Amino acid sequence: MRPFGYVRARGADEAQRLLAATPHGAFLAGGTTQVDLMKIGLAAPTTIIDIGALPLAHVETLPGGAVRIGALAKMNDVADDPTMRAAAPAVTRSLALSASPQVRNMATIGGNVMQRTRCVYFRDVSQVCNKRRNGEGCSAVGGDDRQMAIFGASPRCICVHPSDFAVAMLTTDATIHLLGPHGRTTIPFGEFHRLPGEDPTRDTVIGPGELIEAITFTPSTLTRNATYLKVRDRTSFAFALVSVAAGLDVQHGTIRAARLALGGVAARPWRAHAAEAALVGKPATRATYLAAAEAELQAAQPQRLNAFKTTLARNAMVRALALVGGGAA
Amino acid sequence: MQSGTFTRRRFVVGVALPAVAFGVGLRPRLADARTVVAVVVAPRGPQPVAVTLAVNGTSHPLMIEPRVTLLDALRERLGLTGTKKGCDQGQCGACTVLVDGRRVNSCLTLAIACEGKHVTTIEGLAQNGALHPMQQAFIDADAFQCGYCTPGQICSAVGLLNEKRSLDEDSVREQMSGNICRCGAYPHIVAAVRAAGGAA
Repeated sequence: MRPFGYVRARGADEAQRLLAATPHGAFLAGGTTQVDLMKIGLAAPTTIIDIGALPLAHVETLPGGAVRIGALAKMNDVADDPTMRAAAPAVTRSLALSASPQVRNMATIGGNVMQRTRCVYFRDVSQVCNKRRNGEGCSAVGGDDRQMAIFGASPRCICVHPSDFAVAMLTTDATIHLLGPHGRTTIPFGEFHRLPGEDPTRDTVIGPGELIEAITFTPSTLTRNATYLKVRDRTSFAFALVSVAAGLDVQHGTIRAARLALGGVAARPWRAHAAEAALVGKPATRATYLAAAEAELQAAQPQRLNAFKTTLARNAMVRALALVGGGAA
Repeated sequence: MQSGTFTRRRFVVGVALPAVAFGVGLRPRLADARTVVAVVVAPRGPQPVAVTLAVNGTSHPLMIEPRVTLLDALRERLGLTGTKKGCDQGQCGACTVLVDGRRVNSCLTLAIACEGKHVTTIEGLAQNGALHPMQQAFIDADAFQCGYCTPGQICSAVGLLNEKRSLDEDSVREQMSGNICRCGAYPHIVAAVRAAGGAA
């Protein structure tokens, strides 16, 4: 780790001002990403602004019924929160299936959505990587691409986003609350992460000097009837090969509303819009689920070694939808 | 280990001493600087700064750079070498300690960020000369072979009980998945954790 100064922020406004005033500053929350990145040479801030003690660590129900998750809430605390378990079981399940118990005790919700890809070429500074330095090339293209994207890749970057939580949150129509140099703003959760395109260096649309304060969503029939399915190389403590978050509102056997998202398949959590469109208004049956999954996978573009992800995603989508919609898998 | 013999540990401590003496000499000036910091909110460091760590019920004043991890502070500054450095990137769990009662990876924790918190290591689990029930359960179940991962396994297991996790076997396996045992003592570890929790 390169040397850095350290300051503990006492409030969100102070933290934001400190970051804005520090040319090479970085926030430290749980540390599971930031300290890791500093150790492997991918981050070298001159100043660490510790936001771990800010009063943003709670899950609360707001007047009107929306649920507010503080950005500094620990993954384990959100996974165990009774309000969250009832309001959004896909989200709490995604957290319980993430990382290890130690990491879940440390890592925060805000840090989770800000985490960088675990692409092995990105993490190895001896390899060229457009996400680290745009224009120098992508070692994953033509390399070991088994873990890489099947949706939304660009010739410059084919990595996948590692978060489970962010995939599950796409079923909740959530809002991210930011505090920046120009005050407080909001952005739909689904617009926060970006695809690599011509500039893979930017994972999200967050601006300079901005701090995530909270994530809010309004529980509904759909968010309460949702689940998260994660498929990985080993049973625990592994990133997803493919994951599926599915939420359905089924009335009298007909799907009234659907939210479906995939993890492990793109540089951002992947909202399956085509599948959702193929679900709404249809009977909650296996045939419907299969047709929806195949509609989504029309756009899949596997790499050399990961065509299996297309089949895996299809089967995982069908199984997840059957879990929440019935109609037999 | 006999007294008078040359050991790796003794060599490391001998080499580290000059750095410690240097740090102590700096302390008064930096302590003054920190008082000012509380008013203007300027960063401390990157040179060594005064950090007080509460470990196993004792308060330890240290002079360390902000980049020093809790793991390195425990092992290299406080001599608490029960906590192990395995992967040093949060994947193996050998460095697991309890911070305010919660299990964390000390390799991904900055020591300076632990000011005001209570750290418990494997050395702090025994009380009044009696092993912690989890330590005794590991011995009773023969839940280790080489022992390198054991301090982390035990701290993680104590954290598991603090979190009131289910003690059915699948749950214990999932809840202990942050601790790797290359000897493969997992079946006995699961038995020890369940026994200490009163499930077996």
